[in-house]
Amino acid sequence: MNQSNEPNTHPLAAIQSMVRACIQCGTCTGSCPNADEMDLTPRHMWRRVIMGHLDRIMTSRTFILCSDCYTCTLRCPRGLPLTDAMEMLKGIAFARQEKKHRHPRHFYEQFLATVRRHGRIRELEFMSRYFTTVRNPMVPLRFAPMGLKLIQKGKVELGFGHATDTPLAPLFDKVAAMDQAAPESAAEEDQA
Amino acid sequence: MNYFYYPGCSLTGSAREYDLATRAVLAAAGATLTEIDDWTCCGASAAAPISHLLSLSLSARNLALAEGMASDGDVLVPCSACYLNLKKAHTVLKTDADGRARINAALSAVNLTARGRGRVRHLLDVLATDLGSGGLAPLMARSLSGLSVAPYYGCQCLRPFVEFDNPERPVSMAPLIEATGADVFAWEMGARCCGAALVNTQPEAGLKRVAAILRAAKGADLIVTVCPMCQINLDAWQAKASRIAGEDLSISVLYLPQLLGLAMGLSAEALGLNLNLVILEGVREKIER
Ligand code: SF4
Ligand code: SF4
Repeated sequence: MNQSNEPNTHPLAAIQSMVRACIQCGTCTGSCPNADEMDLTPRHMWRRVIMGHLDRIMTSRTFILCSDCYTCTLRCPRGLPLTDAMEMLKGIAFARQEKKHRHPRHFYEQFLATVRRHGRIRELEFMSRYFTTVRNPMVPLRFAPMGLKLIQKGKVELGFGHATDTPLAPLFDKVAAMDQAAPESAAEEDQA
Repeated sequence: MNYFYYPGCSLTGSAREYDLATRAVLAAAGATLTEIDDWTCCGASAAAPISHLLSLSLSARNLALAEGMASDGDVLVPCSACYLNLKKAHTVLKTDADGRARINAALSAVNLTARGRGRVRHLLDVLATDLGSGGLAPLMARSLSGLSVAPYYGCQCLRPFVEFDNPERPVSMAPLIEATGADVFAWEMGARCCGAALVNTQPEAGLKRVAAILRAAKGADLIVTVCPMCQINLDAWQAKASRIAGEDLSISVLYLPQLLGLAMGLSAEALGLNLNLVILEGVREKIER
């Protein structure tokens, strides 16, 4: 099941060391506002991570349903950085281009692509690029009523006559090169 | 009191009223805001899963710009998600030499260096701690008595950094609301997550979070928020949440500085009240006198 049993090269290695001290008490699950929609509860997820069940974890919706509320991180009696761990699972799923998680991945990627081009988010450009990449007509329909309400109120940054435009491509490229050179270091910072 | 002001992308778009009200209230309270020149997006919740270093560097870019503008001063952030991102970067810059070196290696691509000077402060912290109800009460021009206000804090201004309030049972808004003459609605949902970006990426789950909060606020005249994400979830998505829940969950939702500004006698235009999506008639009559 695992691509490799070598602890240092296992894709879950960094997250394993973050949650290894878990005593399976279930406080994280009991605290999580989204646990009822998750296919693996947070407690269950940490167990799977320690066991290295990468395939099962990657098909789970659990980390996609994490809304970064930090309640589990605050309450875990072992003081484990659980929200960061959920975030890293999201990152692994996006990097592996897991099919199941392509909508949220496109959402995040198009958001960042807009920031890379302009420095700030431009809602209209971001959303239209997101709709184009997901190629599912139901997705824009879901947003249409609220989008219209916001546009009527003049609350959508349309990007015309914009005072500032600060492309951040050099910063994005530099970070990508650094991540490439030391892919694990980002993960290790979190364990400190 | 001088602050470097980081509005963040929301406050120039869908949360313009939060920007207007924040500037108006702080000016009326005698605080000086200097907007960070050429600030850029903090990466929101999108950068960290893609690259931890990118998330830190996008935030640190803004801290570096503020440091370049003066030798010291706090960075004031009204958006809770931006606050958390900037605060994470600031903490790494201050406490982790390797992390600081990596961030600055990244920032060298845009000719900037960040040291982690000053502090990163949430707007609620500044209102509750620096100005305080004692400082604000004398500025109140009229009483909002008869209004029942549910304080909604959300997550990221309270957790994981515990700076100015109890992250489980926050209370910092209560004296500010009382200073306006309004009553504080007693409820347990003030620190409950609104679902954040789930309404966009996993709408069924996100709308359930929104519905639970709105349902708990029944009996209050309005909810006050301190984050554009919380505001848009409770305000703009409440019609849809009502439809899915099969009950009318409508309630007025204001930003905290809008409520304070109304009691301070600032005009509805100055506070951007026309930009809120939901202000019910009964409440409008009570607040726009
Ligand atoms: S709260 Fe902490 S120790 Fe308890 S199950 Fe969750 S991760 Fe494990
Ligand atoms: S941070 Fe994520 S996993 Fe933890 S309680 Fe909140 S939603 Fe659940």
